[in-house]
Amino acid sequence: MATSDSPGQGEVVLSFVDVAKTYPDGTTALEHVDLEVRRGDFVTVVGPSGCGKSTLLRIASGLEPHTAGTSTVDSRHLGYVFQDATLLPWRTVAQNVELVAELSGRPKNDRKAAAKDAIDLVGLTGFEKHLPRQLSGGMRMRVSLARSLTLAPDLFLFDEPFGALDEITRERLNDELIRLFSTQRFGALFITHSVSEAVYLSTEVVVMSGRPGRVVQTFDVPFGYPRSPDLRFTPEFAALSGEVSRALREGHS
Amino acid sequence: MSLTDSPAEAAPDEIVAPGPPAARPRRRIRLRSWLPPLLVFVALVALWYAITYGVLDEQRRFLMPPPDLVVTDALFDRTTLERMLVALGRTARVAFVGLAIAIVIGMAWAVAMSQARWVERSLFPYAVALQCIPILALVPLIGFWFDFGFLSRTIVCVLIALFPIVSNTLFGLQSVDKGQRDLFALHGASRWTTLRKLEFPAAMPAIFAGLRIAAGLSVIGAIVGDLFFKQGDPGLGILIDNYRARLQSPELFLAIIIASLFGIAVFTFFGWLANRVVGRWYDTSKAG
Ligand SMILES: Nc1ncnc2c1ncn2[C@@H]1O[C@H](COP(=O)(O)OP(=O)(O)OP(=O)(O)O)[C@@H](O)[C@H]1O
Ligand SMILES: [Mg+2]
Repeated sequence: MATSDSPGQGEVVLSFVDVAKTYPDGTTALEHVDLEVRRGDFVTVVGPSGCGKSTLLRIASGLEPHTAGTSTVDSRHLGYVFQDATLLPWRTVAQNVELVAELSGRPKNDRKAAAKDAIDLVGLTGFEKHLPRQLSGGMRMRVSLARSLTLAPDLFLFDEPFGALDEITRERLNDELIRLFSTQRFGALFITHSVSEAVYLSTEVVVMSGRPGRVVQTFDVPFGYPRSPDLRFTPEFAALSGEVSRALREGHS
Repeated sequence: MSLTDSPAEAAPDEIVAPGPPAARPRRRIRLRSWLPPLLVFVALVALWYAITYGVLDEQRRFLMPPPDLVVTDALFDRTTLERMLVALGRTARVAFVGLAIAIVIGMAWAVAMSQARWVERSLFPYAVALQCIPILALVPLIGFWFDFGFLSRTIVCVLIALFPIVSNTLFGLQSVDKGQRDLFALHGASRWTTLRKLEFPAAMPAIFAGLRIAAGLSVIGAIVGDLFFKQGDPGLGILIDNYRARLQSPELFLAIIIASLFGIAVFTFFGWLANRVVGRWYDTSKAG
């Protein structure tokens, strides 16, 4: 597998050219969207609520057809972390983590091992036998993350995975995600409402307009990995966040 | 109840829901939940006595014999009790066989409807019709066609118990979270896999709620069938009717009490079973 250390060099895993989506009821969710994610890119999309961010991911994953343009996803394994953890409440943590490997027909021993590794990676060792309802929101998200990690995805789609969590948990999970990203180097397309989360995580921030969603502006994020939580308090970070926020405001009006 | 094996590993950064509560407070809670119904029971018995001796005069006292008479004249009478237990056995057999058949047919019916819209559109009206037609009106016809034995009684029972199983199973299968469906679709799960690993387990709480209702109905169905046919080996229904006709009120009351206790036992059993099967992850008290 070709792994690259700097963004913009890995093979292209997702490419959108002039993609548009109009739902059957006539709602136009997306218009003229161009987007590219390579392995080793962490692309974050910020945009106002209802601008079609989830739609974007659903198209990328093939769950929803687009109505114009071309969308190419060149990834053998796709990770998708939904807005909710979508765990099966009757399955234990370990069984939940095994689920997608199970659905992809991987042999039992293989997926057990993969699940164990993934559980270790997200720091849930010791909770294998817990049921989802015994976990906090943050832990559920980790299970969801681990579930996708078992596939060793080339492309990871995240739909506001930490949106429902408190600030502290969110920041901690951000750091863990960065750690995972710097070791696994998948391509990531990450949706968020939070400008600071976007800048903190990504190699590239894409700002979308209000509905119908279009790409208003794209920002390269110059900070290297691994990133320290203190990055958030540097002037460079503040300056870039300011620019992203401004683009977001302008795109909204 | 949330009986779970929480590992004793070092507590993590985030908050974990508490494991099972300690035994002592639970016992106290159990007592507290038993006491009020018990008091109501005592009050009801007192009311019963009050009516027997306060409201009814001597000649009409047979309408409501005092509880102690029910115990001494009926419950402690070997032959009476024996006859009732045999009748109970027959009624129970009809109820259980009827319920089992209703479960098989009802679930198959619901699964078929959940698989395709057109099947649902064609078959659901009949499930509703089943609920609406007065099955009691069909009972003579069933007896006419299938004679007045075990078979007809079972058929009555199935017809009465079927609807809650069909509707609850269907509802359960269809109420699966959309995100979870997406997850299965995303990873290429077949329809069969989705049914087996997602829809069916997710529907379990609803299915059990339906089973509980159906179980209660199957008891009613078994007794009603008996009561209407008035032929063949007597079950509880025929006994009740006979005692009524002969004004044997202590026996009549005992038969009614036995029938009621049987219904309650069946209902309780299915509640317990639901709790065993899905109580680990689902709060069954919510499903009624
Ligand atoms: N299945 C659907 N049918 C019709 N319209 C839809 C459908 N799904 C989404 N929409 C509409 O498309 C638009 C974009 O929806 P989408 O969920 O992609 O927004 P979003 O950017 O993810 O919003 P949020 O930030 O609140 O999650 C919304 O106006 C929504 O109402
Ligand atoms: Mg969304």
